[in-house]
Amino acid sequence: MKTINLDYTAAAPVDEAVLEAMIPYFREHYGNPSSGHTLGEKPREALEEAREKVGRLIGAEIPGKDQIIFTASASEANNLALKGIIAAGKKKGNRIITSAIEHFSILNQLKSLEKEGYDIVRLPVDGYGLVDPDQLEEAITDQTILISIQVANPEIGTIQPIEKLAALAHEKGIPFHTDAAAAAGWIPIDVEKTGVDMLSLAGDQFYGPKGSGALFVRKGIRLRPLIEGGIQEKGLRAGTENVPAIVGLGEAARLAHQSLAERTEKVASFRNQLKEALFKEIPHLHLNGHPDNRLPRNLNVSVEFVEGEALLMRLNMAGIYVSSGSSCTSQALKSSHVLEAIGVPPELAQGSLLLAPGRESREEDIPYITEQLAQVAELLRKMSPLYHQYLKEGKDNANVQ
Amino acid sequence: MPMYSEKVMEHFTNPRNIGEIEDPDGVGEEGNPVCGDMMKFTIKVKDNRIEDVKYFTFGCGAAIAVSSMVSEMAKGKTLEEALQITNKQVAEELGGLPPNKMHCSNLGADALRKAIRDYMEKQGEVKQ
Repeated sequence: MKTINLDYTAAAPVDEAVLEAMIPYFREHYGNPSSGHTLGEKPREALEEAREKVGRLIGAEIPGKDQIIFTASASEANNLALKGIIAAGKKKGNRIITSAIEHFSILNQLKSLEKEGYDIVRLPVDGYGLVDPDQLEEAITDQTILISIQVANPEIGTIQPIEKLAALAHEKGIPFHTDAAAAAGWIPIDVEKTGVDMLSLAGDQFYGPKGSGALFVRKGIRLRPLIEGGIQEKGLRAGTENVPAIVGLGEAARLAHQSLAERTEKVASFRNQLKEALFKEIPHLHLNGHPDNRLPRNLNVSVEFVEGEALLMRLNMAGIYVSSGSSCTSQALKSSHVLEAIGVPPELAQGSLLLAPGRESREEDIPYITEQLAQVAELLRKMSPLYHQYLKEGKDNANVQ
Repeated sequence: MPMYSEKVMEHFTNPRNIGEIEDPDGVGEEGNPVCGDMMKFTIKVKDNRIEDVKYFTFGCGAAIAVSSMVSEMAKGKTLEEALQITNKQVAEELGGLPPNKMHCSNLGADALRKAIRDYMEKQGEVKQ
């Protein structure tokens, strides 16, 4: 059976060139970068090369004044950034400002910090998922020690005005962290231009291996490590470095940097054509997020009157892989906090689908995807009490957004 | 996607008895779209037996399979027998449900019971 992956944010195949670059570091260059003898040389060099490559992807000059700390994921980088800067305690105060639509690796650690007595402000977003800079300005007090707002949202793709937000933080001397996991490798990111102080990213989001992440840390920002031990990663992350994964991350960053425009254009073109086809063929379909200001590889729609897991399962049977923000598809059995924050009504959030194409996505598959989703939607609507209620009463959510 | 039994997948793929009975003798609804699952059962009763049962379901794979299974289990049973069907029995008949689906998606027997009580109330057999 033909299979079509529209869930590339969950996982993507490692680029062949990335894999090739990694393999020698399992075999002949297996040494420990901390070793004083010859075996440590090549791996040590490879770490620094990877740092430079990751730096170039985000506009940071490495080596130089700033740092790239390798981690095992963007979640870890987010934890190192927030917990690390608070533990370093350079700035006194107890307020931390974030947005309501951050990744759980931000929101859940802030929930823990809240229990410890920190004053957490979760800025609301508008119907598209945008943070209002004026609201950020209002939320800043002399007690504010950190601001963390994502570059772009992994679920609805909305891209934040990071430059503006970071500038507001700097006016008040507050460090600004950004989670770039969804955005890095897909849209241009420049830590110099945006002025962010810390930035998290993950290699598996742009064809690098799983288990590879990094935190950019601007000079002058002091952190405490999450993992204490040896002095790997300038003492900010103890433990023998995962050299093959780091090499893979570096190579993936180099390739992403090299072909960013081409990659973005190709995926955005696929996404735009898919969106057009779906909205033409399927009635009662709603777009979640911004019409234009979104990541090229992101399309999020709600299929009204039906539930997401049933859609996902039916599409899976047709060989099409997607994800959903419904409660049934989440381990916590809660529907998406992002869709809730942008004001999507609960019954529409239940029918949400995240369609995340990759550079492998082929335009010739769009008719099949469209036909299958149209069929599945029709079939599930025929058994939906909400749809029959709509047919009787003519009430739907067409005017909600 | 959770690990579903073959039986659940079979009922999800080919759900039985979908629809709504015209002029039903009893109607029962359970759940709501906010929590993610909602079922509406309609029944036809003849000589104290469930002659026909149909449903509409908004929900996940488990919710659809549960509705289908309940409709099969209820058909032909006396009202007393049908009232005895429990959510647990439905899950067992389906070869088990993932633990996190036991509570929220396993509403079929409840919806059926509501439909039977609705019928009984209309008959004046249950006063409320």
